[in-house]
Amino acid sequence: MEEVKVIGFWASPYVYRVTWALNLKGVEYEYQEEDVFNKSDLLLQYNPVHKKVPVFVHGGKRIAESTVILEYIEETWPQNPLLPTDPHARAMARFWTKFGDDKKPDFFGFFKSAGEEQIKAAKEAQECLKILEEHGLEDKKFFDGDKIGMTDLSLGWLAFWLEAMEGAAGVQVLDVNSFPRLHAWIRNLKEVPVIKENHPDQTRLLAYFKWLREMYTKPATT
Amino acid sequence: MAQVTLFGFWPSPFVYRVIWALKLKGVDYEYVEEDMLYNKSDRLLKYNPVHKKVPVLVHAGKPIAESAVILEYIEETWPQNPLLPKDPHGRALARFWTKFGEDKIPALFGFFMTEGEQQVTATKEGQEQLRILEEQGLGDKKFFGGDEIGMADLEFGWLAWWLEVLSEVAGVKVIEAESFPRLYAWIQRFKEFPTIKETLPDRSAMLTYFKGRRATFLALAAS
Repeated sequence: MEEVKVIGFWASPYVYRVTWALNLKGVEYEYQEEDVFNKSDLLLQYNPVHKKVPVFVHGGKRIAESTVILEYIEETWPQNPLLPTDPHARAMARFWTKFGDDKKPDFFGFFKSAGEEQIKAAKEAQECLKILEEHGLEDKKFFDGDKIGMTDLSLGWLAFWLEAMEGAAGVQVLDVNSFPRLHAWIRNLKEVPVIKENHPDQTRLLAYFKWLREMYTKPATT
Repeated sequence: MAQVTLFGFWPSPFVYRVIWALKLKGVDYEYVEEDMLYNKSDRLLKYNPVHKKVPVLVHAGKPIAESAVILEYIEETWPQNPLLPKDPHGRALARFWTKFGEDKIPALFGFFMTEGEQQVTATKEGQEQLRILEEQGLGDKKFFGGDEIGMADLEFGWLAWWLEVLSEVAGVKVIEAESFPRLYAWIQRFKEFPTIKETLPDRSAMLTYFKGRRATFLALAAS
């Protein structure tokens, strides 16, 4: 069988999308940890355009960008499909995955800011979350239907990472009263065995985000 | 065959990607022009409540928004004249460069939204991305998709027709034959390709429209 390798970083939700997908499909792979604050020559060689993780290697060929990797994994290992069969439903899965990624600055603004700016940023994040809950998730168990799919993996950062970022930033955006359906979805997601057994340690993640936030909110020195 | 309707706006390169895909595959469709600046229709707001933008493709009554998502749908629903190669790694590369085009829009359009010193910086940033595109995306291929037009060519199609107009309006040269020989050659091939050549917005109408848009952007930036 050809070599399958993931080059990743322990705190990256983008990397987890890929490892979750491989685990859900029962594909064996080798994992290589990368220090993204001290990038290796290998990473720069494997992803010269973006210099980021995850990078996926299969039979010597490299692919970067987590959503591109997910589509590749889905096509190469069709068991336990991550996309629905119906073409319109597939389009919806891709639409919501793109929404989550395109709105990243709006979602994360609150984490990088403080004071008045943070209040405004938190409101913007909540507007995006409201759209996700009311138009994306609606009354479904998972974003793509009854079982976990590509959209759920792409939005998986809401389940583990957001809590740690809220803790580090001292503000709650995803409160259960405003977002009952998203909270129910998070509970369902965390119960899926592959997800339950594969996620970053919360304590370590909180410490990491506290450290990151200090870097972002440190006053600039001239 | 189920009804195919495309909601669009004539100067939009995002809309034209979808038009090109449908034409390359010989799919009949009804086109509905939207007044995106002043009067979006109720139907558009119903079909795309999240972004309220065009293009929106409606097939058998079901709407799809976001041009990259629509292209994947078109590719799966009408497999003739494929826009993606058969081999999985080739497909991944096509998607990678399509995404690169999406993600780098702010950098690539910066020169059009700025003036003075800011414009000089923005133009350089855009050209850095174009350098990556030319050297690593296009390389020595005839098209991004290889010998035939593919999804990534449609993604960058705006470089072949819109960029010249935007450059003229903004008063900067972004791509020239000497500085980007391979992209320049690709531009000539792409806009001469029969289906594409017959399906481009009127250049003088574009000039008028984008002059107005630039004036609006600069006024907003100054306020």
